[in-house]
Amino acid sequence: MSRYVLPLIAVVALILFLVVGLKRGDPRALPSPYIGKPAPQFELQTLRDPDVTVSSQDLEGEFALVNVWATWCVGCRTEHPFLMQLARDNSIPIYGINWRDTRPEALRWIAQLGDPYVASGFDETGRVGIDWGVYGAPETFLLNADGIVVHKHLGPLGRDAWERDFVPLINAGGATP
Amino acid sequence: MRRLLILTVALFSMAPVAAIDTGQAFDDPELQARYEKLISEVRCLKCQNQSIKDSNVFLASDLRREIRRLIAEGKTDAEVVDFLVTRYGEFALYRPRATGKTLILWIAPFLLVLFGGYAMFRIVRHRMSMPIGDDKTLTAKEGSPE
Repeated sequence: MSRYVLPLIAVVALILFLVVGLKRGDPRALPSPYIGKPAPQFELQTLRDPDVTVSSQDLEGEFALVNVWATWCVGCRTEHPFLMQLARDNSIPIYGINWRDTRPEALRWIAQLGDPYVASGFDETGRVGIDWGVYGAPETFLLNADGIVVHKHLGPLGRDAWERDFVPLINAGGATP
Repeated sequence: MRRLLILTVALFSMAPVAAIDTGQAFDDPELQARYEKLISEVRCLKCQNQSIKDSNVFLASDLRREIRRLIAEGKTDAEVVDFLVTRYGEFALYRPRATGKTLILWIAPFLLVLFGGYAMFRIVRHRMSMPIGDDKTLTAKEGSPE
């Protein structure tokens, strides 16, 4: 009987590996190397006014969202009403990075659908997007008061993910000094 | 038949023509070689089974542009790789570095070969110690009800 024990353990281990591999969800979803680290520094012209800039310093002092969006991005349209909701509720300041877009189109988007952002940086060349490790919009980063990235959400943000992944982190961060 | 053949050849020859960046990135052949090697080893994060050398999505061309800039600034290959890993993680590299978490990728094959070799050695030695010509007895024994 004992001669079957080792193969059995091996097979069970293999099955466990495969199940864990399958349960991991979207295989294209990559963990951000920035989790737990300071967010990359940036300084961009704002979308509304090229003479005004928005930078990393503006984000510090409280929890903030950094949302990477573009008018060519279908998922961004999907999540837009939820971002508007967050902005209306004053849940959290939302900063945008308008990624690889054109100014007229992005301004039209904001005019038509509403502007949930405190400010949107205009990243026409995609340089800042690369610094942030962005590989597909929409992506949403949660930064704490010290400017540390505590969470990254891939794809359209909705209420479920917000309450499951973001709210506990914000509450926990608010309790500690 | 001949027309079909020509059509097929024409279709397949379109892919390389459609590829971007066909021109030289650097006049210096040494820099050009480094550039081509680097971009063929970086995964396109948007189209994950292509390198950024083979991909046309704008993220790939943005990354190529950044790598061109870094090489032009005199950065070493290791510094370029660091630049990418800081931003996108080890997954961005087709040839992961043999450090930290990715070390297992490099040593696992050798461990598996060692383990398999040991198992085979054990089985063969066991078989060799079995008496020859006893097959009948063995079969009878194994087949008999307990």
